[in-house]
Amino acid sequence: MLSYFSNPQRFDGLARRVIPVLGVAAVLLLGIGIYLAFFGSPPDYQQGDTVRIMYVHVPAAYMAMALYAALAGASFVFFVWRHALADAAAAVIAPIGAVFTVLALVTGSLWGKPMWGTWWEWDARMTSVLVLLLVYLGYMALRAALEDAQQAARAGAVLAMAGVVNLVIVKFSVDWWSSLHQPASVIRFDGPTIHSSQLWPLAIMALGYTTLAAWLVFYRLRTRTLIQRARQIERRKLQAARKAGSGQGGAA
Amino acid sequence: MSEFLAMGGYAAFVWPAWGLSAAAVAGLVVFAFAERRAARERLRRLESDEA
Repeated sequence: MLSYFSNPQRFDGLARRVIPVLGVAAVLLLGIGIYLAFFGSPPDYQQGDTVRIMYVHVPAAYMAMALYAALAGASFVFFVWRHALADAAAAVIAPIGAVFTVLALVTGSLWGKPMWGTWWEWDARMTSVLVLLLVYLGYMALRAALEDAQQAARAGAVLAMAGVVNLVIVKFSVDWWSSLHQPASVIRFDGPTIHSSQLWPLAIMALGYTTLAAWLVFYRLRTRTLIQRARQIERRKLQAARKAGSGQGGAA
Repeated sequence: MSEFLAMGGYAAFVWPAWGLSAAAVAGLVVFAFAERRAARERLRRLESDEA
């Protein structure tokens, strides 16, 4: 399956068909999600209307982590099997993941102030999510700094795989340390502990964010093919110009 | 309507959280479109140069 779609043309054919489906699904899910978040769900009995922040905070945090897992997975596939498409996916995912991480931090802060009485606390959950953002940014900076594309891809893959340690810390931080942040209430062994009137809008928003992120990844991957083709032509031109230049030099 | 906008007194937290989320998500989509347009333009120019 993996090697089947590592053929660039076959992947392009798949992406072309998947992109519109993901786009329509994202618009529909986010539309329904927004409606449910504001009109189809009650204020919380303790948190009042601030609970509506949950419907953008939790999906953003979930995407920050899911996209990091995808980044690390793609990096692993590239590192072991050298599939160029896996590296392209990793490069395309990183900035999207970074944006969702910022959203998780900012919406969390806006929820923390009225409910906890503070915008920020240096506890395990918040600090590890901040580190997640720094890992994303470090990954992007590393790739941008190395001029040789192959070297950038390999170094990036190593960094992305090492960063999985922090991803594990993010997930379990609320269990391992006492935190202002509540422990998991949706993804847990004994099932969700959140009421269905709040679980539905949350699940649909999360699915909307997921399809939107998938749309972004596929769409940007196809763009990257265009950019690579342009680079190829530029390289060919540069070589031709150099050959012409050295020819003149020899004559003189 | 104004009761809805007041968000039970938490308007100053709920609306910025949703507004920033909408802006960031829209920004990602707009960036993806602009990136594609720029790449297509670059490729078109290069290919017309070559011909």
